[in-house]
Amino acid sequence: MKKLNIFAVIVALLFGLTATAEAQITDKPEFGKFAITGATIHTVTNGTIEGGIILIDGEDIAFVGQNVKITNEYTRIDATGKHVYPGFIDGWSGLGLVEVSAVAVTVDNAELGQFNPHMYAFTAFNPHSASVPVTRVSGVTTVLSHPSSGSISGKAAVMDLWGYSPDSMAVKKSGALVMNLPSSSGGGWWDDRSEEEIKKEYEKDLKEINDFLDKARFYDRMMKAYEADPSGKTKPDHDPRMEAMREVLSGEVPVVISVNDEKEILDALEWIKNHDEMRFIFEGVNEGWRVAEEIAEAGIPVLTTTLYTPSRDYDNYQRPYQNPGLMAEAGVKVAIVSDDTENSRNTPFEAGYAAAYGMDVEEALKAVTINPAEIFGVDDRLGSLEEGKQANLFISDGDPFEPMTKIEQVFIKGNKIPMDSRHIQLYQEFLDRDAVNVNK
Amino acid sequence: MKKLITLCMIAAFAITAQAQDKGSVLIQNATVITVTNGDLEETDVLIRDGIIREIGKDLSAPRGVETVDATGKFVMPGIIDAHSHLNGVDINEARNPVTAEVTMEESVDPNEVGIYHALAGGATTIHLMHGSANVIGGQGETLKLRYGASQEGMKFEGAKRTIKFALGENPTRVHGQGNGVQPRTRMGVEQVVRGHFDEALDYKRKREAYLEAKAQYDRRGRGTPPVPVAENLRYEVLNDIIEGEIFVHCHSYRADEILMLMRVFNDYGIENYTFQHANEAFKVANELAKNGAMTSVFSDWWAYKFEVYYSTAYNASILNANGVVNSINSDNDQLLRTLNHEAAKVVRYGDTSVNDAIKMITLHPAIQLGIDDRVGSIEEGKHGDVVVWDGHPLSIYSKAEMTFVDGTKYFDLANDPDDMRIQINPGADFDDGSNFRKIVDNRDEDACIQDTFILLQNQAQTHVHN
Repeated sequence: MKKLNIFAVIVALLFGLTATAEAQITDKPEFGKFAITGATIHTVTNGTIEGGIILIDGEDIAFVGQNVKITNEYTRIDATGKHVYPGFIDGWSGLGLVEVSAVAVTVDNAELGQFNPHMYAFTAFNPHSASVPVTRVSGVTTVLSHPSSGSISGKAAVMDLWGYSPDSMAVKKSGALVMNLPSSSGGGWWDDRSEEEIKKEYEKDLKEINDFLDKARFYDRMMKAYEADPSGKTKPDHDPRMEAMREVLSGEVPVVISVNDEKEILDALEWIKNHDEMRFIFEGVNEGWRVAEEIAEAGIPVLTTTLYTPSRDYDNYQRPYQNPGLMAEAGVKVAIVSDDTENSRNTPFEAGYAAAYGMDVEEALKAVTINPAEIFGVDDRLGSLEEGKQANLFISDGDPFEPMTKIEQVFIKGNKIPMDSRHIQLYQEFLDRDAVNVNK
Repeated sequence: MKKLITLCMIAAFAITAQAQDKGSVLIQNATVITVTNGDLEETDVLIRDGIIREIGKDLSAPRGVETVDATGKFVMPGIIDAHSHLNGVDINEARNPVTAEVTMEESVDPNEVGIYHALAGGATTIHLMHGSANVIGGQGETLKLRYGASQEGMKFEGAKRTIKFALGENPTRVHGQGNGVQPRTRMGVEQVVRGHFDEALDYKRKREAYLEAKAQYDRRGRGTPPVPVAENLRYEVLNDIIEGEIFVHCHSYRADEILMLMRVFNDYGIENYTFQHANEAFKVANELAKNGAMTSVFSDWWAYKFEVYYSTAYNASILNANGVVNSINSDNDQLLRTLNHEAAKVVRYGDTSVNDAIKMITLHPAIQLGIDDRVGSIEEGKHGDVVVWDGHPLSIYSKAEMTFVDGTKYFDLANDPDDMRIQINPGADFDDGSNFRKIVDNRDEDACIQDTFILLQNQAQTHVHN
């Protein structure tokens, strides 16, 4: 009896799947004009619209609201009873740069050398990574993909998860500079350095960074002077490192600093005071709740996660979940991120935990949409459902923070994306492997 | 004076003993997720002296039994994790490909605050395992999360003996690549297993012949004493595996190595085993089902190493649809706190039913640990290991409100002080743990082998310092 039931389920599933699946595997996205009707539309910036309509025209959203005439040019998508959200943005990921983290030749996020502001994640971003479709069919449509080594790792890129080349995917090639300040907290139980040695090394490493920045400032001044009036001046030698720092020193491109424990955060806040011509973002910030007021006062936005164990044994088990909410409450602009590569798709659940443990649900939603868009300066195109913005959105059968909710259709830059990935293909192939009478 | 000390000791012992007493509680008016008998609305569960005595409507509390009003709430069996390293002190004896003789028994840290964190996530039982450095790593320990109990007090009495095997990249890297001994390949892994089983069987034959001869010699008291065949614990344990006294839990990823071990086990007549991680198990679901082999998988972890690159988050659903007894495990202290949501993903990926998803973190891991006659579902006569949730346990917004082990409340959201260590272990060193995450947060690698990596990292650092 049990066997029969399973068989029935398999047969039912297969019929359900083959009808839609075969076309999807080799399918390309559709592009043109779409009208999504009847859905609950979560605009993020302008509230929630029941039974609303979204018109997509090419790359952009042409209309969001309730009353509009839908002409025949539009392909209608009935989403009655469904929900529409802006595509989620994972503001801290290794996607595209790391294929298999344990296989060195597939890892492109860590260049040699301490100071690499002229390395671009954009350059190494692999549009054909197996993780890209896996991520986007889950409703995460844009990521900040970041390098991660040395004192200055390079530039992180804001990338849409549809395209055949980095150029066609880049929302912002130069999204942020990634910087690692030294830590004065010591390295853990294997760290056998004395307090004094730790302090000395910290100061030495910090001085190296300060010297590098001073050099960059000097280069920028010389270049500016030359550019303002080249007459009678020798053009300074081109230095790609220094050149890459100019957009950072002008505050145009923000600097992401990874900090976690209280001491690291306070040290970084202190250091920042002497470098206030630049714009800063904190990443990690596990203990942000301890010094949330200070972070808010400094006006530093944060990229943070929820799925880790409390860093101190004497802390309540809920702190990692509460951390984003407590920081937001103190006035910090919070983006919730995956800090992951292949499972960047779990970004919405990270936000879900924050919402379950005290963060307002709307605030948690902002933390994976408009907040990261604002933090990286792409909110003119992404992060909410508004007329004129880029059509990055998805249709779901429920609350996307819930792990049981299904994401039914994704649009990226107006492209109706085939809801397919290697994970789905393997499912289709192996659900009933021996239904096809080969390989027995 | 001496008497006073003795008296104090007796008192102290009495307190400890009482702390581990089986508890009684009546949980009223909840939606009871029985797992084996559907969801029962507005139902009471009576636990007396650690055992579920009655499930029904309008039960009355016996004298002295506390009641919990669970109107609008859900009661579920405690979550069981078939793969954890939560409070293991040393988890890899990474100096020989086969170390069947070692156990986790003495490697349990009962004071690990993570035990309490796991209780707060609705977990009541874990299978504490060795790491995956060795082909045959060592014997596991099934623990009830009785936070505050001793090493001995945490043991799940009557749980099946278990042992960890490991195939693929981890043992070949540690031994073949790292130490220049077999196995360096998956071919070698098979022969390490077969070779040791054969040696164990030879040993058994010789040892039994010796014991027989010795008994005869002792009886007669004359003639030549037989040449002794010394007792060998490693071979004894391997024979216990062959004889079915120990369940095997095998770290594995690729479909081919899963097939290989099933062939080997069929040759030696080994029947009860579970493939751990088993990211490619979905490719051989038929063979697994045919052999009665079980699996314990991640809901969505993949691509962190090459042998998990061709994985799918639909793995658990495919296995379930093909009739394989599958569980969802954590292998990670954080995931252990949210295994209910890891199970929820099985509903998202592959349309598995909610009850089947819940089975994967309750009844199925119980089967895999040989404790399903005692835990894993809410049934009269089973242990009072239950959790009260404030909403449906698969919703991300739901929290565990109370977690009971043997009817005793070990977690209570309404009474949840920040520093739980003080509650159980006053005067412990105050470790500020500020760098803790740097040590344990290695999501790029499965936790099985993480201390081996810390070891290597440590060695690398020492070299730099030298």
